Amino acid sequence: MFSPAGDALLARGMKEIGGISLHNLHGLILAILNPWVAGGIVLLLAFFASYMSALSWADLTYVLPATSLGYVLVALIAHFGFHETISPTRWLGIALITAGVGFVAAGPSVTPARAQRLHHDPVSQEAESWGMPKPGSRLA
Amino acid sequence: MGDAQAWLAIGLITLAATTGDVLLAYSMKRVGDVHELLKRRGLLAVIARVLMTPTFFLGLAAMAVAFYSLLFGLSWGNLSLVVPASASLTFVANAFAARIFLHEHVGRRRWIAALLVAGGVVLMAA
Repeated sequence: MFSPAGDALLARGMKEIGGISLHNLHGLILAILNPWVAGGIVLLLAFFASYMSALSWADLTYVLPATSLGYVLVALIAHFGFHETISPTRWLGIALITAGVGFVAAGPSVTPARAQRLHHDPVSQEAESWGMPKPGSRLA
Repeated sequence: MGDAQAWLAIGLITLAATTGDVLLAYSMKRVGDVHELLKRRGLLAVIARVLMTPTFFLGLAAMAVAFYSLLFGLSWGNLSLVVPASASLTFVANAFAARIFLHEHVGRRRWIAALLVAGGVVLMAA
């Protein structure tokens, strides 16, 4: 259960790096030719794919706090890789995020009623899904 | 005036990002466990199944609205206000939305986590 979560978190952390390199560059069309930006886009796609796959087996309220580990990872990379100084307020922020993620990770990853459905054969689940309520239609 | 516009943008970003997250989560629950599907049917089947889910595109559209609202927000307000405020509000708004629309069980543990992460994001941007 936690190994795909670990994979997803790593990709998510990398997304932040990719995002930053994208934001710093002007001239979006030329920027795509830059290997760093191209790498960033690939990482963003990897982040999106792993985010979607995590959402397929875990609750949104479980996956979303975990994505915030990306902020922590970026700060640690900036500190140890680029020797940037991190203010005490930021260290406190890192501690809060880490504590929050720890809190949610120690609990169940999916709402129990849904866990049963998810552990069914995904093929037969297709038929079942027609009977599900459609909150999406209310949102749209 | 600048502040009011910045908060308008923050509200828009939070609303659009939360709508997008909820729609994407809903779509992926309909698609089913991707790891299982991948093992049984292969990558193409997974991609086809995702692309055949209409709410996936609605979610993507909402994410795009959130991204452009962020760009507008950054032109109206300070980076140090708009980014952390919208990011941390999105964590809290998502906890409400997941409970109401996705019927997720958001217990005390998850509320505390959402608030801790939201607070942490604000501090990191300070």
